[in-house]
Amino acid sequence: MGDPWGNHDWTCDLSVLLTVDGLSKAYPGVIANDDVSFSIERGEVHALLGENGAGKSTLVKMIYGLVRPDSGAMTLSGAPFAPPEPRAARAAGVAMVFQHFSLFEALNVAENIALGMENPPPLRDLARRITEVSEAYGLPLDPARLVGHLSAGERQRVEIIRCLLQDPKLLIMDEPTSVLTPQEVDILFATLRKLKAEGTAILYISHKLEEIRALCDSATILRRGKVVATCDPRKKTARELAEMMVGKVLQQTKASGADLGDVALEVRGLSLPPATQFGTPLRDVSFEVRQGEVLGIGGVAGNGQDELLAALSGERGTREGVFLNGQPISKLGPTARRRVGILSGPEERLGHAAAPDMSLTENALLTGHVRENLARNGFLDWRKTRAFAERVVNEFDVRTPGVSSVARALSGGNLQKFVIGREVLQNPDVLIVNQPTWGVDAAAAAAIRQALLDLAGQGSAVVVISQDLDELMEISDRFAALNGGRLSEAVPAAGLTLDQIGLMLGGAHDMEPA
Amino acid sequence: MITLERRPEPSRMWQALTPVLAVVLTMIAGGLLFALLGKDPFEAIRTIFWDPLFNPQFASYSRPQLLVKAAPLILIAIGLSLGFRAGIWNIGAEGQYIVGAICGAAVGLAFYPTEAIYIFPLMVLAGAIGGTLWAMIPAVLKIRFGTNEILVSLMLVYVAEQLLASMALGALRNPDGGGFPGSRNLQQYPSAANPELIAGTGAHWGVVAAFIAVIAAYVLLNKHLLGYQIKLTGQAPRAARFAGVRPNVLIALCLGISGGLAGLAGLFEVSGPAGQISIDFNSFYGFTAIIVAFLGRLHPIGILLAGLLMALTYIGGELAQFMLGIPSAAIQAFQGMLLFFLLGVDVLSNFRIRIKPKQVA
Repeated sequence: MGDPWGNHDWTCDLSVLLTVDGLSKAYPGVIANDDVSFSIERGEVHALLGENGAGKSTLVKMIYGLVRPDSGAMTLSGAPFAPPEPRAARAAGVAMVFQHFSLFEALNVAENIALGMENPPPLRDLARRITEVSEAYGLPLDPARLVGHLSAGERQRVEIIRCLLQDPKLLIMDEPTSVLTPQEVDILFATLRKLKAEGTAILYISHKLEEIRALCDSATILRRGKVVATCDPRKKTARELAEMMVGKVLQQTKASGADLGDVALEVRGLSLPPATQFGTPLRDVSFEVRQGEVLGIGGVAGNGQDELLAALSGERGTREGVFLNGQPISKLGPTARRRVGILSGPEERLGHAAAPDMSLTENALLTGHVRENLARNGFLDWRKTRAFAERVVNEFDVRTPGVSSVARALSGGNLQKFVIGREVLQNPDVLIVNQPTWGVDAAAAAAIRQALLDLAGQGSAVVVISQDLDELMEISDRFAALNGGRLSEAVPAAGLTLDQIGLMLGGAHDMEPA
Repeated sequence: MITLERRPEPSRMWQALTPVLAVVLTMIAGGLLFALLGKDPFEAIRTIFWDPLFNPQFASYSRPQLLVKAAPLILIAIGLSLGFRAGIWNIGAEGQYIVGAICGAAVGLAFYPTEAIYIFPLMVLAGAIGGTLWAMIPAVLKIRFGTNEILVSLMLVYVAEQLLASMALGALRNPDGGGFPGSRNLQQYPSAANPELIAGTGAHWGVVAAFIAVIAAYVLLNKHLLGYQIKLTGQAPRAARFAGVRPNVLIALCLGISGGLAGLAGLFEVSGPAGQISIDFNSFYGFTAIIVAFLGRLHPIGILLAGLLMALTYIGGELAQFMLGIPSAAIQAFQGMLLFFLLGVDVLSNFRIRIKPKQVA
């Protein structure tokens, strides 16, 4: 290693496992990491905290050998560490659990784990090892089950056990709790604490501040690719951490406080077969939302959220059971439903809510042409469409060079503000959104939640499907849980405890609301 | 080390420039090919691109040919481009072209020898309907059973070719033709003929139709909701369904329009330049139009220019065969290079090339 940083020597301390010294990485048009330095000790749970686009992913990808730094150096256990590929990082004792799993649904747990190994032992031995490790760390998992039948939390266990089989010195976890129920989070934290006690260091990436305060010993906070602070998260409030992360004082969302009107949207006994083999069917879903009300629908990913949104937006045909202001609308398609007042925002921004390679103006047309009268006899009024797009951009503070920018050039938060703004500005009677703040920075998320509350305050009914329970507790009037395509009874959100919610998410529908 | 970096947005400059660059690269590589064949590359390129239009000796014959050859290419390519934009791949325009010609010619021949003003319009209608119906076969199969329209439409080309042969030898054979295969010559039947409208230009009704198609497609794609839905379906199918586009309607519409335009092209050809239904009536316009559609970047104006360019290489290629003895296979390779280079340099509009020193591990 002939780089100028190699002789920098603060690695003599034996308790230090990994040091990162002056790492920089630039991509066209953006500096992802700018002179990032920090260190992790053995047996430490170290949080990497930052908004989306702050450079957390790039940083851990460099540590895991997926991305090569432009400059800077790392040492692992005192020796220079520059993994050219993930295999080298794994050999050096670094393991990583990604946010998005790389598992084959049609194979069982043991087969999936064997696929990721260099020299897999015979499957029977491997299965025994999997059972041993899963019992030792309190992560129940049956090696013979098909991954396609596992819940998101169980799939994550597969990934974690895959890592633990390598006996890692450093375990990197990227947003591990985003797919878990509160109970599953507790199990995961117990496992992580056990690993920590054995001397394994954990690099924990998250933007959930309460979790970090509960679990981590120290935190490195990134903003726009730079380290802005290193601190002990247990000695800071969540608000202080958030403000360091965002770099400004945050507005707190205010509840809508609107009076509830008549029932706007009613769903009675809605069932829908799954769209794909591993999809989730909707089973006898019933609920109602009143004017001015926010109904929060929680649930772990893959329990029918996408299907519910598609059934309500009209994207997937429904035969019966959907009523708007008392009128049956089950047989209407998406365009007709927009005309009568149901608008929606799907989870996937790029490719579903918006076309990646189309301009914001064209994307404004995507759902806006019906209610905003952007087409006359099918002929488009581009001037009006452009004005509508500009109104969304201005009123929702979408940061973009202009409405002729293509959707994929926007950051996740800005595009999401555009998508939500596009629907809100059309004054819907009912707005249904799925994961409205998924992967969105804290400031944008607060703005989106406020917009949803304001919409409800004006008398619209709002349905928010989300996996972020804190979010749902913050904005919902009533809460229901989706589990395996069934929706629980909706209960008032005020006063619900995390335990009660956890039981609802786990499918205990007969639970008496508090 | 040379790496490709994805551009944050596709470069408009390169999107406009790549077809020109592709033509230049084709000239260079083609020149090399001709040189290896022992021909003077400069003369060969000049014979292909310049002489058909400006050589005092040939231009009077070959210049009108430009529109005659370009019109069916443009007409078919415009139809195909709509489907291609929506991700619906009609590869069987050749078959729709044949069936359109058969239907149109059959209507005309049915009236023979009546002379009336309504005969030609009826033939035009029959040609369009014939092509549309032939294209509806893959459309219906795709909608109903989820079959692959690429395979079905392509296979139907061979069915259409057999149909053409059977028509030329059977039902439509000229009763006064002394037993030779082939129908009556429609050029000699004024009510059914598609004549040159302005002497010396080669412009017949098909050329007029091609220009109308270019303008209509431009308006459709840029000013109409349906054109927007076509583009949206091709770029983001899920977003299109979310926007309320019905995929099945779009499949039927795109295949129907492209089939109809191909059928029209066939009708104008059989009643004009070709004159009759014969066994070898089809001349690969339906396949070449696929190249034209992509060469024109699926954009109506681009297709207009690409159709003219492609027609030029056809005429120039024939001229080069005849004048310089360049084998026809070399001319086809030359035309193939055009598409090859176009697709190759296309990468520049989405990526930029960056040369950086090799990293030390």
